[in-house]
Amino acid sequence: MPRRREAGVEAGERRYDGVACVIPAFREAERVGAVVAAARAALPGVVVVVVDDGSRDGTAAAARAAGADAVCVLAFNLGYGAALETGYKWAVAHVDGLSAVVQCDADGQHDPRQLRDLLAALDEPPGADLVIGSRFAAGDGHYRAPAARRAGIRLFGRLVRATTGLRLTDPTSGFQALSADVVAHLAGGSMPWDFPDADLIIELHRAGFRIAEVPVTMAPRAGGESMHGGGVRALWYAFKVTLSVGVTVLRRPRRRPPPPPPEEI
Amino acid sequence: MDPRNQVVAIVLGASLVLAILELVRRRRLREEYSVLWLVTGTVIALLAAVPALLRVLTRLVGAEFPVSVLFFFGLLFSLAISLHFSVRISRLQDQVKDLAQDLALERADARAGRS
Repeated sequence: MPRRREAGVEAGERRYDGVACVIPAFREAERVGAVVAAARAALPGVVVVVVDDGSRDGTAAAARAAGADAVCVLAFNLGYGAALETGYKWAVAHVDGLSAVVQCDADGQHDPRQLRDLLAALDEPPGADLVIGSRFAAGDGHYRAPAARRAGIRLFGRLVRATTGLRLTDPTSGFQALSADVVAHLAGGSMPWDFPDADLIIELHRAGFRIAEVPVTMAPRAGGESMHGGGVRALWYAFKVTLSVGVTVLRRPRRRPPPPPPEEI
Repeated sequence: MDPRNQVVAIVLGASLVLAILELVRRRRLREEYSVLWLVTGTVIALLAAVPALLRVLTRLVGAEFPVSVLFFFGLLFSLAISLHFSVRISRLQDQVKDLAQDLALERADARAGRS
């Protein structure tokens, strides 16, 4: 597919037509605008869709003001996973020749420039269908999560390894690039409501998708509230994901559809 | 079984059945949800009214007192009803999620069409 060139874009600069950037946002009116602008700047030609997960604090207006191509406003808070799924559904329906979806959080902790690395890992050999931006893969210790979170991430990493053989350092990361096939698969009813985690990675692996990880850096929170609560909620979350992994393994895998036969011309 | 136990259980089962029928008649309860409740009330009333049936059942499950068998089955049915509701609620939640997402997508389209 030839890449369209627009005036003002230097020759040789990669364009990202057919790529959608999904940004789920909950009460991020002060931060989402900068993330939208940064995503547009980092990926020329990208289609930015913000999903306002029932914020009621002006998040949607801030996203529109920053130039988001679409803002889907959920009437009430559904959860991170369901918000992402809304973005996938929008992208599948509206982006012509959708080639990939990238997603990053609206709180500014993910640097959209690194989305280029995630997208590159989708295409470059050996290729992948799902690329996860890992905060820990670099091993430089730049990002220190709270102890309980680290324990959870280690536990889920082990679960993934035990069930799939994949060595992932950060299965909980929301900083990802997905091929159009994975997006179609997820929009077809595989997304959990709250946080897609080890359970989803295992499901995708069993469905035959290739999964890769690239190191990213992550900034500490600039403000606002973290999505993951502590204490009892963390315990509940660990239980939920472990149960979900257990039943995922018991379920018959929903295989990815075989590639369509070459079109007759 | 003590006749007083018997009367209490018959009255309880019969009132349950009548209450469910009344709710269905007033369209406050859908027929599909009434079935498990009606079965529960009928079985309680039937077992209490026909002691021979209850005695057979008591021997069958190896219980000591017929009354505990009666209430054991009542509890079992209550559990079945609760589980049934949990399943229905899960399905309803999924349907509500799909509706909320569709509404958000439609509204985004409508807005894009206007501007």
